[in-house]
Amino acid sequence: MKNINIETGVGIFLIAGLLCLGYLSVKLGDVNLFGSDRYPVSARFANVSGLKVGASVEVAGVSVGKVSKINLDDYEALVELEIDPDIRLQEDAIASIRTQGIIGDKYVKIKVGGSEEYIDEGGELLETESAIELEELVSKYIFEKE
Amino acid sequence: MNNNAIVELIDIKKSFGSQQVLRGVNLRIMEGKTTVIVGGSGQGKSLIIKHILGLITPDSGRALVYGKELNRISKKELKDIRTNFGVLFQNSALFDSMTVYDNVALPLRERTMITEDETGRIVNEKLKMMDVEGTNNKYPAQLSGGMKKRVGLARALVLDPKIVFFDEPTTGLDAAKSNEIYRVFSRTQQKLGYTSVIVSHDVPKIFKLADYVALLHNGVVRDCLTPDEFQLSDDPVIKDYVETTMGPLYSSEMEV
Amino acid sequence: MQNYFEKLGANALYHLNQTGRMGIFLFYSLLSIIMPPYKISAIIKQTYVIGVLSTFVIIFTGLFSGMVLGLQGYHTLSKFGAEGLLGSAVALSLIRELGPVLAALMVTGRAGSAICAEIGIMRISEQIDALECMAIDPHKYIIAPKFIAGIISLPLLTAIFDVTGIMGGYLVGVGMLGGNAGTYFSSMYKDVGFSDIYMGFVKSLCFGALIIWICASKGYYVHLNRGGGFGAEGVSSATTNAVVLSSVSILLFDYFLTSVLL
Repeated sequence: MKNINIETGVGIFLIAGLLCLGYLSVKLGDVNLFGSDRYPVSARFANVSGLKVGASVEVAGVSVGKVSKINLDDYEALVELEIDPDIRLQEDAIASIRTQGIIGDKYVKIKVGGSEEYIDEGGELLETESAIELEELVSKYIFEKE
Repeated sequence: MNNNAIVELIDIKKSFGSQQVLRGVNLRIMEGKTTVIVGGSGQGKSLIIKHILGLITPDSGRALVYGKELNRISKKELKDIRTNFGVLFQNSALFDSMTVYDNVALPLRERTMITEDETGRIVNEKLKMMDVEGTNNKYPAQLSGGMKKRVGLARALVLDPKIVFFDEPTTGLDAAKSNEIYRVFSRTQQKLGYTSVIVSHDVPKIFKLADYVALLHNGVVRDCLTPDEFQLSDDPVIKDYVETTMGPLYSSEMEV
Repeated sequence: MQNYFEKLGANALYHLNQTGRMGIFLFYSLLSIIMPPYKISAIIKQTYVIGVLSTFVIIFTGLFSGMVLGLQGYHTLSKFGAEGLLGSAVALSLIRELGPVLAALMVTGRAGSAICAEIGIMRISEQIDALECMAIDPHKYIIAPKFIAGIISLPLLTAIFDVTGIMGGYLVGVGMLGGNAGTYFSSMYKDVGFSDIYMGFVKSLCFGALIIWICASKGYYVHLNRGGGFGAEGVSSATTNAVVLSSVSILLFDYFLTSVLL
């Protein structure tokens, strides 16, 4: 009887611990146990200043994926996005980099297009808007005034 | 065959800090015989046993068991030699978190591949041999000193060892209990035919069991003799020991 | 003067020997972990002792650590109007630092001291000698199951600590102080990455091995301690040493691991 109690206790402990570990890594750590079923899409930006890997991708304010990679390619920023499988993006959708929250987290905002054609897996968003830099805007404003 | 020394200690020296306990111990233990090591308290009698068991390495000198020098051989070889040992420690050294049954069954479970049924049969047989059957589910702390010794003895003998070491098997027991332990000794030795090494204070009773008696005095073994020779020895130290422990009744003058 | 240097040398030698012994101990323990046979029932029993019996205290301390983080974090962040970041602040500090370290310290206090005392008593009552004389390897029989149980238990306990801590932070930050429940979790989901979880996991694994190593070896070599390594007093001072040393090394190791993993 004593043995059974110990085993039950250990069993409960292992399951509870693994559940917590699972919650942490799957829910918080973005570990996808069954392999990612999101599909990749890339986009080129002139400037992605402040954007980080893992930043969210939003359509109409709803998170539909995340930034998986940022590279420099031909002096342009090549950003790879992972988009949820049930979201389809039109060919003429516009990707822009926007600022969110008080400390200015950057995220990728996708403005839905009107085309009937959809982007395939591994395709590219052709229309992009770069990150808006506040200093640039201010200096531009001052410069133009003069 | 019977004159073979299976354990041989050659000039063993051991000190702890500045205190030299063993100053060159020489001792031979004969196969199939019972050797008793006697001597005053704190002379290092238990230490001799620990050297033979390979638990302590000597500062100098050699400890040979089956002709192999214990501190020169590999861990594996030492383990192989120890499979021949059965040890009853001074305080029994039973595993206090295990029941009596599990204590005695442990060597069987760890060292043999026999089934649990077979284990149970052997354990109960040994416990019965030591007159402690029915204590299977008790813990060592619930047993009296004499019962602990007997359970320790059962554990020491459970694998039918070739050499058995008893470190003060009767210390702290009353006369009746220690007689009982001695009876168990002679009974089991006749039955199992092992070589035994006994450390004891219990002179002269222990002489009845002994084939050889060795006196440890001031860090050396004065001599290793048969009990009769021991009592009649001319060695002043042995004579002195015999007189103080057994009274002049047994001393050589009376015999002459 | 000469006497002084003699003492200094003897001291250094003593500590050097002790360190060497602990190294040898670790070597044999790891060897006996790898080599079959594996003692499953002993591992289960030790997991019970080290893991299951520590769960309650871990939940308790986890909850309150999370709650105090919620309280402190909320007041600090609200100065900048950034209460929305409370979730990620609580979760990150728990997962990366407080979870592994506090769980390890609690396990040291609860199970580490018990392990040291248990093995120490087995040593002074000659039970370990008895095992050796039965040709049973004490490392295999006593130490290895504890090591494995420690390495299994600590990451799980840490995960439990983290999750209850996050709930504690929620309780205070959202329940009591009226933060936004949605932003608490969404900021957490967004800011905690795999590398954070990984860091916490690696830390807790290392701490598990560290605790068992230090506590078990201090108990195992209790008879070799200087100045009365015998009897109940020897065991009690060894236990104190083991708890202090493993707590200090947890914090030390935490720094090194963080700097390596970061």
